[in-house]
Amino acid sequence: MFLEDTIAAIATPPGEGGIGIVRLSGPEAVQIAEKIFKPRKATFPLKSHRLHLGWVQGPQEGEIIDEVLLTVMRAPRTFTREDVVEINCHGGIVPLRRVLEATISLGARLAEPGEFTRRAFLKGRLDLAQAEGLLQVIRAKTGEGLQAALGQLEGTLSRRVREIRQEILLLLARLEAAIDFPEEEDVDEVTGRQVKAQGAGILEKVRALAEGARRGKIYRDGVETVIIGRPNVGKSSLLNALLREERAIVTEVAGTTRDQLEEYVNLAGIPLKIVDTAGIRKTRNRVEIIGVERARNLAQRGDLVIFILNAAEGIAREDREIASILQGKQVVVLLNKIDLGENIPEAEVRRLLPGAEAPIIRASLINQQGLEELELAISQLVFQGQVEGSRADFLASLRQIQALERASASLLDMLAGPLEDPDLLSIDLKAAYAALGEITGETVEDDLLDKIFAEFCIGK
Amino acid sequence: MGSYDVIVIGGGHAGCEGALAAARMGCRTLMVTLSLETIALMPCNPAVGGPAKGHLVREVDALGGEMARNIDATCLQVRMLNTTKGPAVHALRAQADKRRYEERMRRVLEDTRNLDLRQGVVESLLTEGGRVTGVLLATGTVFAAPAVVLTTGTYLRGKIILGDLQYDGAPGGQVAPQGLSRSLKDLGLDLMRFKTGTPARVDGRTLDFSRMMEQPGDGEPLSFSFRNMPARELPDQMSCWLTHTNERTHRVIQENLHRSPLFTGQIEGTGPRYCPSIEDKVVRFADKAGHQVFLEPEGRHTLEYYVQGMSTSLPEDVQLAMLQTVEGMEKVRIIRPGYAIEYDCIEPTQLDRTLEVRGLPGLFTAGQVNGTSGYEEAAAQGILAGINAAQKARGRDMLVLDRSQAYLGVLVDDLVTKGTSEPYRMLTSRAEYRLLLRQDNADLRLTPSGYRVGLVEEKQYQAFLRKRDQVEGEIRRLGQVRVNPTPEVQEVLTRLGLGELSGPVTLERLLKRPEMDYAALKKLSGDIPPLDREVERQVEIQVKYAGYIDKQKAQVEKFLRMEKRSIPEDIDYEGVPGLRKEAREKLKKHRPRSLGQAGRISGVSPADLSILLLYLEQRSRAGRGSGP
Repeated sequence: MFLEDTIAAIATPPGEGGIGIVRLSGPEAVQIAEKIFKPRKATFPLKSHRLHLGWVQGPQEGEIIDEVLLTVMRAPRTFTREDVVEINCHGGIVPLRRVLEATISLGARLAEPGEFTRRAFLKGRLDLAQAEGLLQVIRAKTGEGLQAALGQLEGTLSRRVREIRQEILLLLARLEAAIDFPEEEDVDEVTGRQVKAQGAGILEKVRALAEGARRGKIYRDGVETVIIGRPNVGKSSLLNALLREERAIVTEVAGTTRDQLEEYVNLAGIPLKIVDTAGIRKTRNRVEIIGVERARNLAQRGDLVIFILNAAEGIAREDREIASILQGKQVVVLLNKIDLGENIPEAEVRRLLPGAEAPIIRASLINQQGLEELELAISQLVFQGQVEGSRADFLASLRQIQALERASASLLDMLAGPLEDPDLLSIDLKAAYAALGEITGETVEDDLLDKIFAEFCIGK
Repeated sequence: MGSYDVIVIGGGHAGCEGALAAARMGCRTLMVTLSLETIALMPCNPAVGGPAKGHLVREVDALGGEMARNIDATCLQVRMLNTTKGPAVHALRAQADKRRYEERMRRVLEDTRNLDLRQGVVESLLTEGGRVTGVLLATGTVFAAPAVVLTTGTYLRGKIILGDLQYDGAPGGQVAPQGLSRSLKDLGLDLMRFKTGTPARVDGRTLDFSRMMEQPGDGEPLSFSFRNMPARELPDQMSCWLTHTNERTHRVIQENLHRSPLFTGQIEGTGPRYCPSIEDKVVRFADKAGHQVFLEPEGRHTLEYYVQGMSTSLPEDVQLAMLQTVEGMEKVRIIRPGYAIEYDCIEPTQLDRTLEVRGLPGLFTAGQVNGTSGYEEAAAQGILAGINAAQKARGRDMLVLDRSQAYLGVLVDDLVTKGTSEPYRMLTSRAEYRLLLRQDNADLRLTPSGYRVGLVEEKQYQAFLRKRDQVEGEIRRLGQVRVNPTPEVQEVLTRLGLGELSGPVTLERLLKRPEMDYAALKKLSGDIPPLDREVERQVEIQVKYAGYIDKQKAQVEKFLRMEKRSIPEDIDYEGVPGLRKEAREKLKKHRPRSLGQAGRISGVSPADLSILLLYLEQRSRAGRGSGP
């Protein structure tokens, strides 16, 4: 679970535009890289600790995802003391993600937050002080509130995965009950043919789900997010706070001017595309005179609006004007600067945005306070499908898509298994069930026994 | 009044294996039992084995235990179940002659060097400085030992329930000991109250077998014990008989539910789900027109029959009325009524994987007192507890089996890691690596462990080594020898109804073909050495299922990586920053010994494991006093 498989992730440091890096680490890193990489000059095996120019190929014949610079670093002289490959892409967020997906389709696993660092630590590359810092990061990502809330969320994907799991479980229960209770009349013998026929149907569903997940607008493009508010209310503080974290993926949309800069933030597995970050930054240096106009334009675009108010100063006339143009939008209200005073009661916010069930977050961005609550609120809205774009399709993270693909692979194995040994088919069926369980966070054995005893009258 | 290396309390299936193991390993051993007349008693069904249970019996045998040999020597009927399915789940089951089973086991105990038997009631455990030092009998007699194995089955504060009748008692009409539970509580152990039940026994002369379906044994020679292989065919097998309940039976039950202690609330605990009472089945699966009833002989020298499938705690008059509605049982006479029994058992998460009680060195527990059900589950725990008590007494390393090595490993890990809310029964679906844990390879998996601790005798071990070498040698040979598509070979293949060869191929590849078996292979390659049937079978399974076996081995490797990351015993979970509260509480309660075990505790998430892993790494480096 922790070591010795090959992990991959987008590893671009925040704040850098244009170029993004996909990093691989583990025993199969080089092998995977050589499968997708078409070097311009270099020959395989690629020389270690050198930059190689070439292209990353897509799954289709002759398809090129991006022109890249690729570095192979063989163990042990690497950050993680494992084989490491870094792929420098420059085509922006979409090719970056496709390169990552290509490595994953060849067997790499999506890295967990901080996992490269963790490996480095476990292999003895980091000292204790660095390790302390690492613990902090992981702790932040697993904050109790966020974990619990995410666990309760019932997205469309989870619901469909659960339905499929139920189907697999029932099939498994029939298989296993026939094995454990061979003399029970209530338990029919299940033939390999029956298992495979049903398994084929399940495979179709899993594939359709993976396909749908890939199409999911939010996964592909990110949630268009607008940060809005009066001058000096804390928009750039929020942007910076979001970007400062390790999760930030920053890029420029190719061929655009700095004025329309968009930046990506990965928030609890959801990519947020924050619109007009240049506009937010500019106001740091000069007086912002176009507050309301800007808001009007931006609000049209956003799937999600983060509306910042100055909690200390109370609601101003300009706030009311902005609020009036947010009709029908999904809004999260951030009451900033509570360290200076709290002069906006919740009821007043509700009057300001009638009809909207906007979550209200109390924050002091300067003190890093309220960020976790904001993450929680946003992820809840998205997972509950309340944000436009998440409603049409469903949301899946790359990790979840990967789990769907592993489930497909196991089901395919199952279909290729021997007809005469239905209990062998259960090995792959259980693997598929477990892979799907990683999406919903559930395990196998106990479910299975419960199902067997609920379905069949067993007991001699 | 005497001192021993190991004392075993109880003479049931766990107690017998525990005492035999310790004594055979050379420890001076005492078995204290309530009654010498009920050694190896089978108070419930007259059968040993079946899916997963049969696997356990083979594992006990591979470790050097007695159950397999005892049932081989005394059974009435033997059958291999699940033969239409893969080899991992083939399961041997035997009908037992209860009396002969008990008698033979008692004699084996008596014939064992270093082993003393003693009838008596243990009143309390003796301790000194937090360690177990011996036992005190109700008569005031004291026996001392540095290791004690507790195998009290369903006896502790047993209460028998039958309709509205309730009384203190235990199986076999014995008195239920009352004192020992208190002694255990005083020592800080958490106890649970479980219930189980048994059906009526009836007079065979009142059964009309002509209206039932005969269930004969297999004609094939079969044996549980590896030491009895090649097996001999069992002569004069006795049959079981199958009949069914019907709507009239169900009506009798429905009309008398108000008199069932299950439904009146006299019995509080939920019984085991895999062994529900007939009243439970009728209520929960009301749409079923009939349930199976097997009449099973209790022995050769008695006409008593066991009514499998009709476990009940209804009042006796209802039991009789209900039995008499069943086809072929219209004139049935009850010899012993069915009953439910409630008893004290130990919350098993207090145990280590050695079956030693955590925090009470020297005390081991095994069998139903650990919350399990079944003779086989008891015997398997018994042998492990016996081995470890002996190792403890001699100051040697204890034996731990993990989930990839044995059903016994799965059983113990489930108990000590997850605990159980009903009497725990072994099922093949509880084992993740089922294809590796076959009944046919129990010796390959466990005999070296049994030999290492000194339980497996030299003779058994040498036979085992011979078999293992033969299997390995033959598999190697099959990979080297090629068969060419000569006309003779093609002709043999066609005659066997198999496809022809398109080119030269190794015997190994040929054997992997689904329609091919080892017997056919012999016809293709003249120079195959003569091998035992068991060896041939083993070669065939290992070659044919190599793909799946490798897949499971890869899973095991992953699993072991986590198992090997051990958690120090003295860890203070309050001092681990970043753990969620639920995880912290669970870890404090269960005190897992490895990260792998921690991950199987419900409520401990992968994120918690990450944090724990980092904490442990950090701690071990700080302990070394320097960074890398």
